[in-house]
Amino acid sequence: MKLTAERIGQRYGSNEVLKDVSFTACSGEVVALLGPNGSGKSTLIRTLCNLMPPKAGQVDIDGRDVACLEPLERAKLIGYVPQNVQHAPFTTVLDTVLVGRRPYVQWSYSMNDLEVASRALETMNILDLRDRYINELSGGQRQRVFIARALAQSPHFYLFDEPTSSLDLRHQLRTMRIMHEVVHSQGRGMIVAMHDLNLALRYTDKVLMLNDKSVYAYGRPEDVLTPEAIQDVYGVESFIMKSERGLFILPYEPSKGTSVEG
Amino acid sequence: MMLAFVAVVALGVGAVDIPAWDTLRVLGHHLFPDWVDAPHQEYYSTIIFRSRMPRVILATLTGASLAMSGVVMQGILRNPLVSPFTLGLSSAASFGAAMALVLGPLLLGGAYFGHFELLGETVTNKNLLIILMAFIVGMSSIVLVLAIARAHHLSQSVLVLSGVVVNYLFSAGISFMKYISDDGALREVTNWLMGGMWGATWGSVTILIPIVAVCFVLMERCAVDLNTLSGGDDVARNLGVNVHRLRTYGLTISAFVTSACLAFTGVIGFIGLMAPHICKMIIGNDHRYLIPASALMGSLILLLSDTTARIVMRPVELPVGIIMYLIGGAFFIWLVTRRSGRYLT
Repeated sequence: MKLTAERIGQRYGSNEVLKDVSFTACSGEVVALLGPNGSGKSTLIRTLCNLMPPKAGQVDIDGRDVACLEPLERAKLIGYVPQNVQHAPFTTVLDTVLVGRRPYVQWSYSMNDLEVASRALETMNILDLRDRYINELSGGQRQRVFIARALAQSPHFYLFDEPTSSLDLRHQLRTMRIMHEVVHSQGRGMIVAMHDLNLALRYTDKVLMLNDKSVYAYGRPEDVLTPEAIQDVYGVESFIMKSERGLFILPYEPSKGTSVEG
Repeated sequence: MMLAFVAVVALGVGAVDIPAWDTLRVLGHHLFPDWVDAPHQEYYSTIIFRSRMPRVILATLTGASLAMSGVVMQGILRNPLVSPFTLGLSSAASFGAAMALVLGPLLLGGAYFGHFELLGETVTNKNLLIILMAFIVGMSSIVLVLAIARAHHLSQSVLVLSGVVVNYLFSAGISFMKYISDDGALREVTNWLMGGMWGATWGSVTILIPIVAVCFVLMERCAVDLNTLSGGDDVARNLGVNVHRLRTYGLTISAFVTSACLAFTGVIGFIGLMAPHICKMIIGNDHRYLIPASALMGSLILLLSDTTARIVMRPVELPVGIIMYLIGGAFFIWLVTRRSGRYLT
């Protein structure tokens, strides 16, 4: 399957946020969405899953306009985990993950739904937390629960907005590896907004770099993430280092005369 | 089980106490006349069926309605402080009743004091006007809240804020009605605002039973979507839920069933807020079970409170709110302190 963004434009009132954004993400690929704060990563993710229908252009999956799909049909194709997920106290981890089965249930969950939810918890290595209340978990554990909910949704494309932002270093690596494995073993597609260039270099198949509301570059991580591109987009000097384990990016302080927002 | 036990006790106690065994015999004889003998005292049956049974049913229905409306409103707006009170519904219903009590005699003249027969019971025009006005104005409050928030796509914060504003608007109306009323009307308005099960009749429960039953089923139908909404609007929409429609649907049903009950009982506060929280602490936040559990808890609290209010200063009856705030409040504080640190984090 292919998810295609075709000349997408998006705006908040009169403030233009995205302009002429075009790219294609395929099944079996993890696409990193990179760019400085305010470059439109979160807006692009929300636009792709039709939470904000595009003001210009269109998003389609295998030629079908996402905006024209029935909501439940769209829910089976695109799963989304926002940057700041809310939760209700006194909801167990299992119940939270079962919510992801909403597109497949009317009122009661089947044995298959319970199995899918348990598998998602197992994949995220939090099966032992299944009966705990979500308000009793740490921020990192909650984040993994929300990713598990997206896995339980079993969509064809996962859209994650900074899924590793509240995870420690070990869990960042582990989560990215798990998501990489899910995409490749199950033939799903994934678009993930992130800030860590090294994680993008290591765990993603393609990088879409946004700058100034539009696409700066799109392609393989090693082709896109060059010192020149990092300098242009982030205003940061950097080295790309080679080692036996692959490429590493070593950033320096911002160049003189370049303002960098927090 | 507990609700059934309290209901039997409620049927038995009052100005005339009826032993629990005789209460059960009255009920058993009514259901299975061939198998269960009637109690020796003939008037037991009259007291239970003519006076206490409608009151017990009305308290059960009202408690259930307010509690399940509270669950749905809190779920829809993801706000633990929301209840039929905070969204202005109770104030609006009170304003409607106050208008009927204060302006009714002026506008209807002699007809205000007339009466007619309905469902085998005598209904006064005055009571009918109060019920209709409380219901209609109560419903209008939620229409107003939805209309104000529509410009902001029914966002939860705007809905809550609109509810608070509408609450103040109708509170101002109540104050104005009180200000212009004479002593007799003022006393009646004050009594209505305190709420109670005094107005229970078979006619009122006959009207309310189908309303509460249908609204319960409609609420249960959106229980899974309410679970979905707990993850936020974006998560719910991504999972295929039409959040806009869910909010309109849930708030309208909640307002309908609450207005219908309050129209017969006057203002009954607190249950819509407390019963859902008590149940969340006991069974969790799955709305499929939380709605019926809260309905039972609301019924239990109100029935227990009403029964206590009837017997604590016999033969004088206390307003049910006084007892309800004491019982429910004490129970809630016990629950929160028992599980301190785990609630609302």
